[in-house]
Amino acid sequence: MKRVVITGSGTINSIGQNILQTIDSLKEGRCGITDLKFKDVERLSVKIGGQIHDFEPDKHFNRQQLSLYDRYTQLTLLAGKEAIHQSGLTFSGEIAESTGVVLGTAGGGVSTWDDNYRAVYEDRKNRVHPFVVPKLMNNAAASHLSMKYNLKGPTFTVSSACASSNHAMAQAFQIVRSAQSSVMVTGGSESMLCFGGVKAWEGLRVMSNDACRPFSLNRSGMVQGEGAAIFVFEELEHAKRRGADIICEIKGFAMSADAADIVNPSKRGAGRAISDALRDARVNVEDVGYINAHGTGTAANDKTECAAVADVFGHHANKIMISSTKSMHGHIIGGTGAVEIVPCILALREGVIAPTIGYQEHDPECALDIVPNKARDAKVNVAISNAFAFGGLNAVLVLQKI
Amino acid sequence: MDIRGKVIEIIADQAIVETSDVNDESTLEGLGIDSLGLVESIFAIEETFEIQVPFNANQPDDSSFDLSSVATIIQGIETLIREQS
Repeated sequence: MKRVVITGSGTINSIGQNILQTIDSLKEGRCGITDLKFKDVERLSVKIGGQIHDFEPDKHFNRQQLSLYDRYTQLTLLAGKEAIHQSGLTFSGEIAESTGVVLGTAGGGVSTWDDNYRAVYEDRKNRVHPFVVPKLMNNAAASHLSMKYNLKGPTFTVSSACASSNHAMAQAFQIVRSAQSSVMVTGGSESMLCFGGVKAWEGLRVMSNDACRPFSLNRSGMVQGEGAAIFVFEELEHAKRRGADIICEIKGFAMSADAADIVNPSKRGAGRAISDALRDARVNVEDVGYINAHGTGTAANDKTECAAVADVFGHHANKIMISSTKSMHGHIIGGTGAVEIVPCILALREGVIAPTIGYQEHDPECALDIVPNKARDAKVNVAISNAFAFGGLNAVLVLQKI
Repeated sequence: MDIRGKVIEIIADQAIVETSDVNDESTLEGLGIDSLGLVESIFAIEETFEIQVPFNANQPDDSSFDLSSVATIIQGIETLIREQS
């Protein structure tokens, strides 16, 4: 088995349009959740989200590209550009043939569906643009990354709701660990902040109208965000040989299914994913210093997640710092696991633990060190990132300092 | 603007060239318009002139709409406008 490291990272989300800005916001505990701005927002009962406001697509892409790139693809390409540039890799010959792209997204081109349904149903148009299908498909972003950077290896998209990115990165990790490829590009993207996207979520009655306050007794639900994060996963020796800047190591992962309920989480399913991931990574519970929580800010998730962590870590649970950065960037659904690798990198590389902001009242059922409101300096060797999706699908990644 | 002017504008836009580089004899192929560009051009023609252009990408030669040059496209549009108005 090969060792796998991260040698490139890129992101765009509501708290930063690149890694440095995002890291800065995580350290400052900056909130990216604002009033949503898009057509028909006044018809929604939920009007806040982690929306990227100061992003002008036509400054990055030409008209022809925009006719093919849904917003989720645009975000992917920007994050991908940063990650691949940072890695210093260029792809031709053998390395191009073996490097692929595994991305996570839950909805794919949601605003493309939304815009075109509006055109035919509301505006009664009988004709839609010919690129609707290639624009909205869930693999569009992965394919455009592969085309742009000449990546010809295993390329596909994983869709498992809020665990999509973690499942995707787990696949990329497996491909490098098993020596199938020396390099893989991976991560995820989501952009469903449009009328139909938010309206659908509204129906579940789990959304907050004011803020995302994970683990806080007065929590009022989840807040959607949008964004993408892309990483270059590389085999350790391959990275060393070319003198790459190694960001951290991916040590292991695990996935599990609750096989219980389509929306409610399960302590046992979540706990199994965490403990199996630690076993896969060959690290002890005492080694783990930081958990980037799934931490959606819903009562169901927060209580279940804290109970699962307490079960798996026992006494050590009291020494672990666990924060939910969704309090800042919102729940980026299928892209969230990817964006949440950034605070894990911050913890491992810089020794700064991103806070859970918006924390106001102690919840006895979430009695862990959730790093309330202010970032903290701490030395961390191992961090894990949780994702527990609707459908009872769990995926946990283990990262280690290098 | 007349039909000819609008067609040249649509084609030039797709080919990313100046309108002055497109004339009656220009072909879509010659201007570097690929199969996606072709369906996008037909979409733009339909939207601009409010007509339905009979075209199936699987049977491009069976189409009664002659796409072989800018001149034939203009003739085709004129016919469709007459038939469909």
